[in-house]
Amino acid sequence: MLLGMKIKTDTPVAKKAREGVMEFLLMNHPLDCPICDQGGECDLQDQSMAFGSDRGRFTEMKRSVVDKNLGPLVKTVMTRCIQCTRCVRFATEVAGVQDLGMLGRGSGEEIGTYVEKVMTSELSGNVIDICPVGALTSKPFAFKARNWELKGTETIDVTDAVGSNIRIDSRGPEVMRILPRLNEDINEEWISDKTRFCYDGLKRQRLNDPMIRVADGRFKPVSWRDAFAVVAEVVHQVKPEEIVGVAGQLSDAESMIALKDFLNRLGSNNVWCERNGSHHDADLRSTYLMNTSIADLEKADVFLLIGTQPRVEAAMINARIRKTVRATNAKVGYIGPETNFNYDHQHLGTGPQTLIELAERRHPFSSALLNAKNPAIILGAGLFDRKDKDAIFFAVGTIAEYANAIRPDWNGYNVLLLSAAQAAALDLGLVPESENSIESAKFVYLMGADDVNLEKVPSDAFVVYQGHHGDQSVYRANVILPASAFSEKEGTYENTEGCTQQTLPAVPIVGDARDDWKIIRALSEVSGIQLPYDSLEAIRSRIRTVAPNLLHVDEREPATFPPSLKPKVTQKLSQDSFRTAVENFYMTDSITRASKIMAQCSALLLKK
Amino acid sequence: MQPRSRGSPISILTRSDGAENSTCPRSLAQLQVRQKAPNSQVLPLSPLSLSLSLWYYSAGATSPKMLARLAANRLLEIRQAFRQPSRSFSTALNYHLDSPDNNPDLPWEFSDANKDKVKEILSHYPSNYKQSAVIPLLDLAQQQHGGWLPVSAMNAVAKIIEVAPVRVFEVATFYSMFNRSKVGKYHLLVCGTTPCMIRGSREIEDALLKHLGVKRNEVTKDGLFSVGEMECMGCCVNAPMITVADYSNGSEGYTYNYYEDVTPKHVVEIVEKLRRGEKPPVRKLAGHGTQNPNRIMSGPEGGNTTLLTDPKPPPCRDLDAC
Repeated sequence: MLLGMKIKTDTPVAKKAREGVMEFLLMNHPLDCPICDQGGECDLQDQSMAFGSDRGRFTEMKRSVVDKNLGPLVKTVMTRCIQCTRCVRFATEVAGVQDLGMLGRGSGEEIGTYVEKVMTSELSGNVIDICPVGALTSKPFAFKARNWELKGTETIDVTDAVGSNIRIDSRGPEVMRILPRLNEDINEEWISDKTRFCYDGLKRQRLNDPMIRVADGRFKPVSWRDAFAVVAEVVHQVKPEEIVGVAGQLSDAESMIALKDFLNRLGSNNVWCERNGSHHDADLRSTYLMNTSIADLEKADVFLLIGTQPRVEAAMINARIRKTVRATNAKVGYIGPETNFNYDHQHLGTGPQTLIELAERRHPFSSALLNAKNPAIILGAGLFDRKDKDAIFFAVGTIAEYANAIRPDWNGYNVLLLSAAQAAALDLGLVPESENSIESAKFVYLMGADDVNLEKVPSDAFVVYQGHHGDQSVYRANVILPASAFSEKEGTYENTEGCTQQTLPAVPIVGDARDDWKIIRALSEVSGIQLPYDSLEAIRSRIRTVAPNLLHVDEREPATFPPSLKPKVTQKLSQDSFRTAVENFYMTDSITRASKIMAQCSALLLKK
Repeated sequence: MQPRSRGSPISILTRSDGAENSTCPRSLAQLQVRQKAPNSQVLPLSPLSLSLSLWYYSAGATSPKMLARLAANRLLEIRQAFRQPSRSFSTALNYHLDSPDNNPDLPWEFSDANKDKVKEILSHYPSNYKQSAVIPLLDLAQQQHGGWLPVSAMNAVAKIIEVAPVRVFEVATFYSMFNRSKVGKYHLLVCGTTPCMIRGSREIEDALLKHLGVKRNEVTKDGLFSVGEMECMGCCVNAPMITVADYSNGSEGYTYNYYEDVTPKHVVEIVEKLRRGEKPPVRKLAGHGTQNPNRIMSGPEGGNTTLLTDPKPPPCRDLDAC
């Protein structure tokens, strides 16, 4: 471009040239738009409509290409490929699996893996979005719907703590597919396979009706009135300190504050959110948030990952770290069990021993931290369950101090949470009063909590399970109260960096289920201790009094006070090495565990 | 570009509508004239199939325009069915199929002598650009492995140059001189580019295939010969030509010789000499590139006819004045 240069885009010559290019592109492209899943949202179709001719002059045979097997998520019709190599670049540069390549030359050129190989990446679904034609399409969505029949609802994902921005495409009462929305601060334009393909779990194992376990151990569907009456009766028979409430991984802030208020009115403060551990304190926000913020991880030059496997815990954050490592050759040190990384890293050790060496600057990696301009230390939320949690956090605080990781212009002290509810739960103060309350509980209220260890619950305890899936906890439940899933309700969530976002209902609620907070509100009335809110607005003004940041939607509220304000601890570090927090990336909560596609993925892709 | 929107279904509809309403550019008569020349044997078929398709569609509303289009489509189909299959230049598909002699589980590594050569090749490139050595290393591996590259050899090269295997597969599938299926000990490559073709390369290939009793890219039963096609090897002035890649003695005795100005009779002689273990002379006369004894290198048959004296100095410049 030169100054004063004029570019003409609508002259007959330019139009003819474009038509010529389109004709070449369509020369070997099959005319199967009517049976192609990309039809209606196809870049080539759009371009052809806008710039192409209405007929081609090519009368020879069109070429055909053998389809490739890329696994259970991506369907290939390679004859439709126009060799743009976007998928090759994505696989190499973003996903970090160098499996795809451009093979052959000339008219025999094709995308492939040469040796048959499924794409073992947690981001593989994104090649469906970036493919401009119908060569790579979604296997579970194949021949299910046309894109113009679908209603799009802009909402957020809750299967991990990232809060990826998504669009749920639904037709009538059914979620048909999930696509990413652009948000440069959180998920950029990608989402993980778990986010994209968990939706079939929303149709399976759903709880439709309130149910009561009768004498022979079976569940009997009852009316809401009867179910509430049973629960209300039990609530008043137990002592307040014997009441325990646990919020699940997918709980929204509104229902969590309702649960806490309800239990508080019953006289109990034993309420927490699973995976936060039963001995957490929520005094300093900076001790449980990703203080650097996801987008600013790109400015870090040294990463220290402690007890976290970002690739399975938060695939989008792992993609961010990989981007940084690729762009700036940032160093990555990792302490924890042997795991898969898709970028260069140094495995420093497996447990607290290495942490002590680092804190005392005896480890070779200490010099890297000392020389770093912007060191980012990331702790896994899996450490919350450890008895020596405070000592670990104290040791990490020491490292952060000498590495100068917490400054006015840079906060490199991060905790990577595991589930969508964790941050909001801690902001709302869902912290249990006593550590071992569940062992002596007589009344346990599980609000979608499926990963609590229920073996510790006494056999005579009365367990209420409120949730949307018949998952692990219903086996122990005495009463089941059906609730709505994230795709069916308006709820507030806070992601791991402290950014508040809201889900919007995309599909109607299944069966006779209700929103979580409404169930608790109704139950409180039947129990005679009516909660003072009747609408979402009213419950949000209650939230305002506890955690006003949860009302600032789509804003990231950084922590005000540094983690160094924490009192000094005398606890000793144990010798047990760190454990993996997520065993199976594809199945982490009740929705993904009910999903058939996720089951196929775990069977095929996690096979060693 | 149009944004992806709910409105885009129209694009499908209008496309088919447009075709429906438009006039067909090629009349039946035009097409028939075009068909006649190359495939005259096709024509007797067409009235039958035409009447069949007419019968099939006569239930609905028919118009002359629609009939013409149907006829044109049918003729096109017939024409395509009788087309020559496209010629394959590569010795294998663009994807790998496991076989007992070619699968990723077979061990493969460079021989001890070649390991030194690998080191030597790698020394030509900066240590952080090892991948630049991919072509010479693949060539060496091919020489060592009897003229072709199994998957395990490509994997071995990928390991040496520290890249993902698919980056090596990309290179190996791009260049037709890398054979990814078995070839004979003597791989005969016939040049198929225009000058050679005009001078009779098709006949030379036919003579070789007939003499050896194989198809293109097929290995003879004794494993000695295979015939492939190679594009322009730069001997157009001595067309037609063949190349003999000799893999019978591994990478040490590997040769890649040009035989230029060949005739169908001559190439059969070359094959027979190779079969007897002789080395057919690359040149009839020392220092000459052609097999034609009456030519000197690229000169005309029977000696030069022009440029018989030293060229005159340029007439317009006075060199002494410079």
